Amino acid sequence: MMQEIKEPIKEYILKEFLPGEDPAALTDSTPLITGGILDSLATIKLVLFLEERFQIKIQAHETMVDYLNTISDIAQLVQSKK
Amino acid sequence: MLIHELLDRSAQTHPQRIAVEEDEGGAITYENLAALSNQLRDRLYHLGVRPGDRVGIYLRKSIDAVAAIFGVLKAGAAYVPVDPGAPAARNAYILKDCSVKVVVLEKGFEDRLRNEFGRADETPPFLPLEGAGSGLPLRQTLDRLQEQDQAPVAETAILSLDDLAYILYTSGSTGKPKGVMLSHRNAVSFIDWCSEVFEPHENDRFSSHAPFHFDLSILDLFVPLKHGATLVLIGSEVGKDPVRLGALISEKRITSWYSTPSILSLLAQYGKLPEHNYSALRTVLFAGEVFPIKHLRGLKTLLSTPRYFNLYGPTETNVCTYYEIPDHIEDERVQPYPIGKVCSHLQGIVVDERGQEVPIGQEGELCINGSGVMQGYWNLPERTAQGFLIDTSGLRWYKTGDIVVQDADGNYVYVGRRDRMVKKRGYRVELGEIEAGLYRHPAIKEAAVVALSDDENGVRVKAFLSCKDAENRPSLIELKRFCAENLPIYMVPDLFAFREFLPKTSTDKIDYQKLKELND
Repeated sequence: MMQEIKEPIKEYILKEFLPGEDPAALTDSTPLITGGILDSLATIKLVLFLEERFQIKIQAHETMVDYLNTISDIAQLVQSKK
Repeated sequence: MLIHELLDRSAQTHPQRIAVEEDEGGAITYENLAALSNQLRDRLYHLGVRPGDRVGIYLRKSIDAVAAIFGVLKAGAAYVPVDPGAPAARNAYILKDCSVKVVVLEKGFEDRLRNEFGRADETPPFLPLEGAGSGLPLRQTLDRLQEQDQAPVAETAILSLDDLAYILYTSGSTGKPKGVMLSHRNAVSFIDWCSEVFEPHENDRFSSHAPFHFDLSILDLFVPLKHGATLVLIGSEVGKDPVRLGALISEKRITSWYSTPSILSLLAQYGKLPEHNYSALRTVLFAGEVFPIKHLRGLKTLLSTPRYFNLYGPTETNVCTYYEIPDHIEDERVQPYPIGKVCSHLQGIVVDERGQEVPIGQEGELCINGSGVMQGYWNLPERTAQGFLIDTSGLRWYKTGDIVVQDADGNYVYVGRRDRMVKKRGYRVELGEIEAGLYRHPAIKEAAVVALSDDENGVRVKAFLSCKDAENRPSLIELKRFCAENLPIYMVPDLFAFREFLPKTSTDKIDYQKLKELND
């Protein structure tokens, strides 16, 4: 179940924000926001993607580092909304 | 004194000393260099060259090219050196643009250049040499012409200091090169400043690494010859090869080195410097771009005895500020050194966007006035007018386009190019600062950052990198994490691309134009 959520998120991040990166280098625990991969605009784009892909609503207070810093965190947030 | 008189004076005081040596062994004494340039002066005069004219020089770096430069100056004309490695079409554009009276060139370039000129009635006379090296091709050509058609002895022209000495073409933002017009006064005031600061003497051996169409060559060509010292010419092939260059500097017992930081970085990394003896080397000068502190530290660790100077200035002013690098570079230092204080023959001010002087400590554009500042751009009165700020007392200040800030010690610190400042989502981003951040990564050998506009995202920042070990390059995730630790998040590059080497211009600077055109 979690894997089904993680896969498309990973794919999206690789395609949008890390073009050319080796997919194996991006793990579930790679820091995305504190690691410089997602800046504020990228985070907004990611949230829009999550809302559309998983048909969920993410609150403004959730669009921050506590909820979105790793693929694991993001998957957990998505899971909690389903 | 005019710049060619510097040679004639040294030819009288030191006739038998070696004026110029080539890396492949050719050499010429002061007496012979003066005589060879006189011979060319006579021929040029016979061909119709008169004071105020321009003469093109299309020769590889050689004793022949040095003698040609002095011959042109003695005829009273300005020399216009073109890059022998550049496409013939570009060189033809330059030589047409300033309507040279004669082109002194190697036969190997003749056909291509003639094709580019097109109509015969618009093509100036060519003075073709069999080649370039040791001075022999120039002398043989002049001797042969003398037998066919005798050129009478012409007096060395008497000029004013404000007459043009040379025109150096630099790449223009419009894509067409523009000619920077420099007078004898411009050159002499700079050469005299060099004498004051570097105290050259007749036993010195100066490097000539930069090509003659690049303004670093002015120091190389005229400072040693003023002092009766020896100039060691380094051809463009050896000049790019750090291993051969490292050996050459030692073998030729160079005492004063001058180049861009790029080649010094390569020397520090790949020049095998510990294998050679550099006890003769007393001065290392660099100019033309920022010297990443990592590589400067590496070089100073390997070569600790010389004094190091950071020279700064656009072609339009030649060197206008300088800074002596301290003996010891602190381990924690990551910022490049300041560009320093304004040279004694010039004055500087820092102004805001409205041309008003800013208080000390505030960023602004550096503007320069004084005897080293160019007269203008050849045949471009509007560009010339845009290049200067005229203050209320009528003084002309050349706007360098470089943003600086004065530190507590009175030194100017280089912030970046005015045109390398981009706005990304409202933040002001200096691309050079991102490069400096990337250079701090231990795996990075070279970093160049460009801004690309794109409809969806506005400005996207792309970093081109080369790594010390191509097999073992950092992942993008690692690089982004590293940038995020060292730079504000809005300055983390959006895209990264790796190259074995970054493309360089003919003057050894990173070629940003080419990088912008790369699509990967």
